[in-house]
Amino acid sequence: MSDFLETFFSIDILREAWPILLTGFGQTLLLSAVTVPLGVVGGLVLALLSTVRNPWVRWPLMAWVDVFRALPPLVLLVFIYAGLPFAGLEVSALGAVAIGFFLNTGAYYGEIFRAGLESVPAGQREAARALGLHRAQIMVLVVLPQAIRNVLPDLVSNTLEVVKLTSIASVVAMPELLFQARQAQSVTYNATPIMAAAVAYFILLWPLVRLLSRLENRQLASRR
Amino acid sequence: MTGWDRFADSFLNARVAAEYLPRIIEGFWLTIILAACVIATGLVAGLVLAVLRAMGVRPLNWLIIFVVDLFRALPPLVIIVLIFFGLPGMGIEFSGFAAAWISLSLVLMAFAEEIYWAGITAVPKGQWEASRSLGLPFLVTFLVVIMPQAIRIVIPPLTNRTIAITKGTALASVVAVPEILGAAQAGVSFSFNPTPLTLGAAAYLVLFLPVVVLGRWVETRFAWKR
Repeated sequence: MSDFLETFFSIDILREAWPILLTGFGQTLLLSAVTVPLGVVGGLVLALLSTVRNPWVRWPLMAWVDVFRALPPLVLLVFIYAGLPFAGLEVSALGAVAIGFFLNTGAYYGEIFRAGLESVPAGQREAARALGLHRAQIMVLVVLPQAIRNVLPDLVSNTLEVVKLTSIASVVAMPELLFQARQAQSVTYNATPIMAAAVAYFILLWPLVRLLSRLENRQLASRR
Repeated sequence: MTGWDRFADSFLNARVAAEYLPRIIEGFWLTIILAACVIATGLVAGLVLAVLRAMGVRPLNWLIIFVVDLFRALPPLVIIVLIFFGLPGMGIEFSGFAAAWISLSLVLMAFAEEIYWAGITAVPKGQWEASRSLGLPFLVTFLVVIMPQAIRIVIPPLTNRTIAITKGTALASVVAVPEILGAAQAGVSFSFNPTPLTLGAAAYLVLFLPVVVLGRWVETRFAWKR
């Protein structure tokens, strides 16, 4: 037992490591604040494009979404960060993360928004048209609010996944929480910093997980 | 050299591709084995937790909910790193493969339990009461009466979640498992050419594109009729 405490919960090590962990935590928040909006915007664009009936738009779009849902995000990230420099395109770690997340999480958000748009009955659009609203007004004022409400649990769930996913940025040496924790671990030969990082992730994301459970239950109850 | 030549020489270099293709293929099989292990243990463990939760023992349920929340909140890579780099400090050593297997199974277990549970609660209470009053024991009621009705509801989300977590096998490259990404990265650093990464990305597409398309089909096939 004392072995366990010494390995994962050493106060001395924690006292030494917490400043660097704190900067990592800040970076993780920053990274989330960049990647979530990027994914949401990318997803909205994809979803709006998918309402176009033209098969020359629909099929390439579907292929795009499926390809970027099929590639593991880490593969995409490594490809961009380690591969593109060979083509003469030098990208920073942050740039690589931004591009990779835009492609990957954008595709996921896109699917969610698309499902949301499809869940709004056609009568809503027709009624809005009959009232004389034009296309942009119909989309922004009538369809989107209902669409987002219908897929809110999925949106929250995906956002949770995106924040968790920022931990893979440690692989391309972004100094976020997991990276800093591993640095501290390799210097001190003690796993306390990694455990501290895990606790930090849990404290940050637990409220979101609880909220999600509640939203999912409510959605289920309304379907019964 | 024109731009295209340079690009092709970097990313589609036939000589490098021929040299590293066998390793990527080995990695491909390793990815499939790891994925199969994760899916088997994760889905079964999730089902066990859901059965335990359905028994309705309060303190046990709190514990289950906490464990599920824990593994839904922690990034899979953090769990892998914790097991692989942390446990040796206590004298417990896991291979990279085992660390990835355990971690991803725990994550899939948590998500699967939540989905099974949603499906179980969606089955009307009268079904429980009717089969219990017919004298069916708890486990038989659960497996023969409740689950068949719940399964239709849980298949689409469970399929999608399983695909998403299975893609996490790429994270095993971080703890030196020579699965597709690990093999590709090793190839890049030996050959100083990114063609192995192109092969790796292609291998993932071969593996996961049909699965993603299948997931799309399952979603429409089992869609809620409103």
